Formats: sequence, C-alpha cells, structure tokens
Amino acid sequence: MLTMFLPLHRSNCKLLGPVPESTLPLALPQYSSKVRAGQSHFPSPAQDYEQEFLDLNHRFITNPPATFLFVVAGDSMIGAGIYPGSTIIVDRSKKAKSGSIVIVDVEGEWMVKRLKKTGRAFTLLSENPAYPPIELQPDQSLIVFGVVTTVIHEPQ
Amino acid sequence: MSHNNLVYALCDANSFYASCEKVFRPDLRHKPVVVLSNNDGCVIAQSKEAKELLELWMCRPWFEIEKEATRLGVIHFSSNYELYANMSNRFSDTLRQFAPRVEVYSIDESFLDLTGVNRDYSKYGREIKDTVMKWTGLPICVGFGHTKTLAKLANHCAKKQPGYDGVCDLTSISTGELQKIMEALPVSKVWGVGSRLEKRLNELGVDNVWRLRNASPKRIRDEFGVVLERTVKELNGESWLELEEVLPEAKQVMSSRSFGQRVNSLQDMSEAISFHVTNAAERMRKKGLYAGAIHLFIQNSPFDQAQYFSAGQFVALPSPTNNTMLLDKTAQWILKKIFKEGIYYQKAGVMLSELVPEGGQQRDLFGFSVTDAKSIKLMNTLDQINDKYSRGTMKLASEGLDNGWQMRRAFKSPNYTTDWQDLPVVL
Repeated sequence: MLTMFLPLHRSNCKLLGPVPESTLPLALPQYSSKVRAGQSHFPSPAQDYEQEFLDLNHRFITNPPATFLFVVAGDSMIGAGIYPGSTIIVDRSKKAKSGSIVIVDVEGEWMVKRLKKTGRAFTLLSENPAYPPIELQPDQSLIVFGVVTTVIHEPQ
Repeated sequence: MSHNNLVYALCDANSFYASCEKVFRPDLRHKPVVVLSNNDGCVIAQSKEAKELLELWMCRPWFEIEKEATRLGVIHFSSNYELYANMSNRFSDTLRQFAPRVEVYSIDESFLDLTGVNRDYSKYGREIKDTVMKWTGLPICVGFGHTKTLAKLANHCAKKQPGYDGVCDLTSISTGELQKIMEALPVSKVWGVGSRLEKRLNELGVDNVWRLRNASPKRIRDEFGVVLERTVKELNGESWLELEEVLPEAKQVMSSRSFGQRVNSLQDMSEAISFHVTNAAERMRKKGLYAGAIHLFIQNSPFDQAQYFSAGQFVALPSPTNNTMLLDKTAQWILKKIFKEGIYYQKAGVMLSELVPEGGQQRDLFGFSVTDAKSIKLMNTLDQINDKYSRGTMKLASEGLDNGWQMRRAFKSPNYTTDWQDLPVVL
C-alpha cells in the first residue's frame, strides 16, 4: 500500500491518509495504515479508530444519474480556473442561476460560460478578455445542458 | 369499472436510442436521426423528426433507403449499446425517487408501483416526465392504470395522442370516457396481443380494445388460453401481473452475434467462438453461477443465395464449471465436429445452461471440474483486470487479435458516458 506523507511545507497541505492500491471504487482510507515495525505482532493501537474510506465520488458527485463529465477544449474560461484539457463535472439537476457556470448550446456547440441574467435577458460571459460576452435576445431560447460543479485539472 | 387499490405507472422513453444520441449533440436537436441495427443492417430507431418524414422506414434495410434518407438530411448512427445501457440506468435511477418499487421492464421502459401514493396522477406524471428530461435529457411518456396492462395502454395513448401531452391517467376517468378511448384502439395496441392474435380476434368480431375488455373471459380462455384471459381481466382493472422488481435468475447465459463480414475459415470461426465463450463465461461468473452444459451453434444467412446451413450441438459437462479455458476447450471440440468447409457463415453463438449457484456444483469422478482454489483465483484475477481496464485487456490467445468477424458499427457515436477517451468536448 502506498502512503501519502505530509510534505515539508505544511502550510498549504493537509494529510488525507494513505492512498490505496486499488482505485476502483475511488476511495482513500482515512486511518487504515498497515505499517508494521520490526517483528512486532501487537495490534495497531489505531485499529479501533478505523474509519470509512474517503470517496471522491461522494464528495464531488451529489446526484449520479444526472451527472456527466465533459472535457474542455477552449481557453475562454481560464479566469475561472477552467483550462484546455480540464475535465469538468456537470450536474443537470442543479438549477442554473445568474452567476452559475454552465454548459450551454451556442449555435449547435456546447460551450462553457458564466450565465448572467439581467431582467429577462441572458448574457454568456467568458473569463478571458479575448472573448467578448454573448448577448442573447429576449426571444432567443437558452438551452443549458447543466451546471458545472467541479473542475478537475492535472497540473503540468 | 371495477376498481382495485393498485396503481401502476409505465414510463417509456420516446425513440430511446435516437434520443440518447441527441442528448450529446446540440446540433442535431431538431434533425431527423435514425439508429441502425447490428452490422448497420436496418433502421431500429427513429427520432420524431425522422418519423414525420417517413413512418415506413422502421425495419427497412439501410442500403435500400440510404440514398433517399441522405437526400432528406437524415443523420444515421450505428447502435451504441454502451451509451444506451448507461443512459437506461440513469433513466431508471431517476425514477426511483417517485415510487417505492420500480420494475425495469426493458432498456427504455419501467413500471412504477404507486399503490398508496395518493396523488393527482396527471400532475405527478408531469413531474416525473419533467424530472427525467431535466436530469437525463431523455423525453418520456407516462401512463397510469390500475393494472400493468392498463398502464401500458395509457402509455400508448400518452405517446400517440397529442392531446395528452405525454401523460395519460386512466385511473381517474369515467367509464364513458374509457369506452371512447378503447373503442378507438385496435386490439394490437394491448400488451401481449400480437398481429396473429389480432387477426383471429378480428375474425370473431373483437376489433377494438373495448370489445376485448367486454369479452367473456371464459370464452377467451377456451379459444385462446389463459394468458389472453388474464389480459382481458387486466383490461377490466383486475390485477394479475405483479411488479417484478428483481429479474428472475437467468436460466442460461447467451453470447451470439452476426458477423461483420461472412466467415468461412475454421480459424476465424474458432476465434469468434472463443470470444463468445469468454463473454458468456464472464457474465455467468458475475452472477456467481456455474455452467452444467454448453450449446454451440453456427449458421449462414437464410437470405443468402447459397443453401441455408445451420448446425449446433449441446454438450453436458461432466461437472459444472465457470472456467473460461475449460469451456473454450469444450466449445472448440464441438466446433471441430460441426464445422463444414465451403460455407460463408453469418452468425455464431454460445449458450451456457444448466446453471447452478456457487457451491451447488458436484465434483466428478474424472477430475474434469477444475473449480479448485487456483482456478477460482485465476478467473477472479481475469475478471478484475478486465473490469478495471477495459473488456478484452486480458484474454485467451485463442480469441485472436485481428477479429475481422466483429460486428460492424461504422457510424457509432463516441461512448460519451463510459470511456475517458470519449468524453464530450466543450469549448
């Protein structure tokens, strides 16, 4: 079993626990370390405190049947921490509100944008100055696939 | 109308396969879409826009209509069963919040048992329909009735008659209204009444659902048997078909498929058989079962110019086993016996039967059963690796590598919901 250690700089890090060899189902056990020192066969004093696994699905996917993953190709949302290559978790059951980041149909293509509502009109905002806002006419229908709840980005 | 307290709803997705394809393609929202059967043979699903163009396309061979369909702007897909199975699970999971008991009847239909859920069902149906659309993107229709047969009929009305807007409740209407609805429907719209039964019923003057409902159950039983008698009782609100929450345990596991291109060498056929054995054995092990017998069949197409050829053999195993290698060995032995040269085979399949649960198998005298610890461990490891990575990561070498006999799915959409490489892209 691999174990995740605290790095030297403690300020930005948090010990989550050992990482299991098996990643399916996605789970990190909190306190179930099987480290054995020397020839000792004494039971671990932590045994009684053994707890449930940390499940990333549980943390980031609240409604599985309505949750879909997308992969981002554009750079229009880098200001919101959404980069080309990011995987985003999208929940269709969440209500899109003014300020939500959503997957929206723009002329037959899925785009990730921040939704802004002014009166009865919607604007789709990018988070990159290179992309101007897209104003929707009041009669133009807004087709939202779902609300982006989490961004997964693997640092280079 | 005699009432019982039971209330069933049938939720049925509209043009399910075509709708699944549309969820991920905003550019196709109002476009006519069709889905083709295995090997891109014929049309098996049409979106509502495609139905409006030509109702008669259903089941037509694709090569016959391709030119006309393309001219009309029809978009076509090969069947993407990975996607449909995933969307089907989302659909039934979404339904579970609405009823204490759900029966997943088919890939695109589920029955809900709403007995005791006292609601305005028309309103409730709309809520179900809107939630499924919001969560999964799939359009559905909902029908309510005091029996499953009536719920199914209600669903048909909800789907085909525009006035209902996708929700039809037969539990709250008067007998007069029910008569009007049923008189307008041919008996073939009733669950379990096929075209052959319809013809015979029509000859007896039973030419609409209302007349079937009012037929004498005894006479129906004498003429047609107990199954149709039950249907008549169900049409009268007397519930005979219960909700089946758990699918009855499979009596056999089958793996069979049409070939992408005709197969005529023993080598290719042998690879295909290995593939089917592997596939069936894996599914059998998932259920914790052991096979007591294996059946193998090979055939050419009855529509080919050549004479129809079909051969098969059933072999009982000395002792039940779940070991892929052992099953494959037996299957290959059968194949060598039944294979005939010079035939262009179109289909082959393997069926594992006489299934018994773990522990239920007996040891034989001759040591055929290799259900010892080593074999179990090997099969477990094999299944785990293939579960974790993808199907076929680890397989018997006898399956071959090239697999030219595999199903043709030239127009398949990406596996949007099941493969990391295939996630939908957003700009």
